[in-house]
Amino acid sequence: MTPPPGSATHDVTVIVNGTERRARVIPRLLLADLLREEWGLTGTHLGCEHGACGACTVQVDGEPTRSCLVFAVQVDGSRVDTVEGLAGSGPGLHPLQEAFRARHALQCGFCTPGILMTLAAYLERHPAPSETEIRQALSGNLCRCTGYQHIVQAALDAAAAARGTTAPA
Amino acid sequence: MKFVGDRHLRKEDPRLLTGRGRYVGDIALPGMLHAVLLRSPHAHARIVRLDAARARAHPGVVDVVSFTDLGSAGRAMPMVPPHAELRGHNFNPLAGDRVRFVGEPVAAVVATSRYAAEDARDLLEVEYEVLPSAQTLAPGAPAVHDDIADNVAGRVTLTRGDTAAALRAAPRVISVRLRIGRGGGQPIETRGLVADWNAALDQLTVWASSQVPHQIRQFIVDLLDLAPHQVRVIAPDVGGGFGAKLIVYPEDVLIPFLARRLGRPVRWIEDRLEHMLAATQEREQEHEVTVGFDDAGRLLALRDRFVHDTGAYTPRGLVVPLLTASMLTGPYRIPAVESSFESRYTHRVPVTPYRGAGQPQAVFVIERVLDLVARETGRDRAQVRLANLVRAEDMPWDTGLPNYRGSGHVVLDSGDLPSVLRRALESARYGARAADAAAARAQGRLVGVGLACYVELTGVGPFESARVRVDAAGRIIVFSGVTTQGQGLETTLAQVAADELGVTPGDVTVITGDTAGVEHGIGSFASRAAVAGGSAVALAARDVRAKACLLAARALGVAEAELEQTGAAFVERRRPERRMTFAELARLAGAATAALGVEPGLESTRFFQPTDMAYSSGAHVALVELDPLSAGVRILGYWISHDSGRLINPLIVEGQLQGAVALGIGSALLEEITYDESGQLLAGSYMDYLLPTATDVPTMVIDHLETLSPLNPLGLKGVGESGALPVPAVLASAIEDAVGPEGGRVTRMPLGPARLLDLLPAALR
Repeated sequence: MTPPPGSATHDVTVIVNGTERRARVIPRLLLADLLREEWGLTGTHLGCEHGACGACTVQVDGEPTRSCLVFAVQVDGSRVDTVEGLAGSGPGLHPLQEAFRARHALQCGFCTPGILMTLAAYLERHPAPSETEIRQALSGNLCRCTGYQHIVQAALDAAAAARGTTAPA
Repeated sequence: MKFVGDRHLRKEDPRLLTGRGRYVGDIALPGMLHAVLLRSPHAHARIVRLDAARARAHPGVVDVVSFTDLGSAGRAMPMVPPHAELRGHNFNPLAGDRVRFVGEPVAAVVATSRYAAEDARDLLEVEYEVLPSAQTLAPGAPAVHDDIADNVAGRVTLTRGDTAAALRAAPRVISVRLRIGRGGGQPIETRGLVADWNAALDQLTVWASSQVPHQIRQFIVDLLDLAPHQVRVIAPDVGGGFGAKLIVYPEDVLIPFLARRLGRPVRWIEDRLEHMLAATQEREQEHEVTVGFDDAGRLLALRDRFVHDTGAYTPRGLVVPLLTASMLTGPYRIPAVESSFESRYTHRVPVTPYRGAGQPQAVFVIERVLDLVARETGRDRAQVRLANLVRAEDMPWDTGLPNYRGSGHVVLDSGDLPSVLRRALESARYGARAADAAAARAQGRLVGVGLACYVELTGVGPFESARVRVDAAGRIIVFSGVTTQGQGLETTLAQVAADELGVTPGDVTVITGDTAGVEHGIGSFASRAAVAGGSAVALAARDVRAKACLLAARALGVAEAELEQTGAAFVERRRPERRMTFAELARLAGAATAALGVEPGLESTRFFQPTDMAYSSGAHVALVELDPLSAGVRILGYWISHDSGRLINPLIVEGQLQGAVALGIGSALLEEITYDESGQLLAGSYMDYLLPTATDVPTMVIDHLETLSPLNPLGLKGVGESGALPVPAVLASAIEDAVGPEGGRVTRMPLGPARLLDLLPAALR
């Protein structure tokens, strides 16, 4: 976003997926637009731009956060993790991504990055969730394609795998 | 078949799971500008004056365009398909002197950023003369179009037999009025376009989040006076469609127009409010149904007269009400049927097909009728259905009603409908569930079981195309005229091609949704992509394998029968060291001389033109409990038996069914587009238009039958929409069971909490 002439700007520094990045931004620039338009991290998607669908969910200092409701200036000095960094720097997939693939937990894939960032944070803190708990954790993310069943199953699989057990089929 | 039928994991997933998908909003070109639209705030008004001076002066603004700037590109867009009874009107790319619904595009602002463009949009000054608007289906509403005083866009009657006489003769007759409200496809990715005019090539490239890129190209060609070779339209990764991306919209022509006018790339991404305001919707109908039946619950005559809200324009003609009317009898044998409608204009968003396309209304009507007949005759709901279902030995079954395309009758091509229902009942343990529900009701809980059957029209023509090519590096590329919005066609079409070519799906790259891939294509809607697209791929891949085998035989100087295929090579049986790979054969074919006796190129373009539609079928059973305090519905169990012919990939079919049921739950219990008396949208966000969440959708148990369709090479039937069709009907049936004889009757959809409250037995209200 090239700032209009004469408008105030702020410098922000953010650790994005483990790498420090800087930008000069206008005060109202949304975090989602900073990630997508300035830094080319287009894996974070905008579905509703009013905080309801969850597609734009990223992690800010480990907390799932709607990047359409946060200004870029608010994350100055923070760590921001997006779907592009979920699997780390290697070529493989994160175990949750693996489980999504194995269970056919995505169709169009548009809501998927937000759901992965939501569930990855949730499973870190809740290693042995029930199906009901996963459904509740997921209830702030809208998916129009899947009916959620395979997503829930994938999350149960990923949690079980992390515990070294197997989820019931 | 080695890969068709396999629960193959999707080829598209690694990309989509790691944020490397490419949706239209991810495409950024050097020098790209951003367009936003000013939309009408009124349902009906005359545009008296539009002053763009302040907007133009805003920093960053490059252009402001309204109707008068469009010239010949401002013509009304074509309508598809035509119909003799249609009195049609379609959008212009921008409104002329009149706006006809809240949200109709009036002007475009183009700027160096979306932020600047939105700021400048606020500076546009438009003076409207507000006119009274049609917000009711009742006669006498203000005319939407000057040449159609009665607002009737079309009036059609379909008949089988003498319904009046059959109703007179029937031992029992009963009538009911049913209403269905509006909803929308609501893909999580909104609509959007990027257009790039290349002056050096005189060519336009358009990326569109669309289900019909070939049709968009045709509209651009028509309205911008370009030749087809000058326009390439690409549907990249598309974040869901469900019908909301089925028609060609004003922006699909307008954004390319702006790119050519300005000589710079232009991006427009619809925001969610715009999507709620202006993306097409569906379902609103009012039915008056009369049924004649006997004491055994057999249907003898059915008359349905309904009014259909078509909104302000008819970009898809009469398709939706024709589908409702023609599919009314669904899976049942009814000797006499009269199904008629009036499609009426209103000053609201145009109505075009969304997942189900008129058929959920038909299923709701006929299944409500069957529940009513069961109640009137004191018979079990499942038994009444079994007494009326078309039997396996009746197939193919001619319903006697003309199909929506006017190409003949609705003829169910294949299937075993009673088995489908019986298996759903067994899977659900229907008898035990019904007894449990009754026991729970005796203890004061509101628990009920519901069921519904359906058939779905799938795999419509006129054709679909495929080009299968082996290049000189041995790469196998499948180009298809269908598009993919999440259905996994990169995987399923690769499975089909792999089997025909004797390779693996991993060897095959599938490219869909690109007009540069195949010259002619139709797109993805009407549950047609796998059926029509998959059949075309099978035909083209068969050709390529046959040609490869012939070339190998010629090159090796042996008969074809002397060869066998191992992986990507054709090998002489007796001298296995003599072999030709696909890559070598492609090089040979690339330099084919007359002596070789084949045309150059190891590729084939084929079209599949279905002779008729293939009908899939199914039955759903649901167990629900109502909470009288919150008037909420909890779905305790959900069972599906479904027959969509041969399954290319059962995993993907299950995903399609689960997603469609979730959408059906939304349209039954949560989602409704409503307007106030002046045509203002009352549900413009996801705070008040509620999509189902993970806590609203139950785990479903799915059972497949595979009755092959005789109408295509692989025996396929479509599935994408099927799951959505019976959900309002099955939940209506279950809710009515739950509230018991003291409660109300379900006569409309959707059922929000307020309407559910009205259904509760008086003692609980």
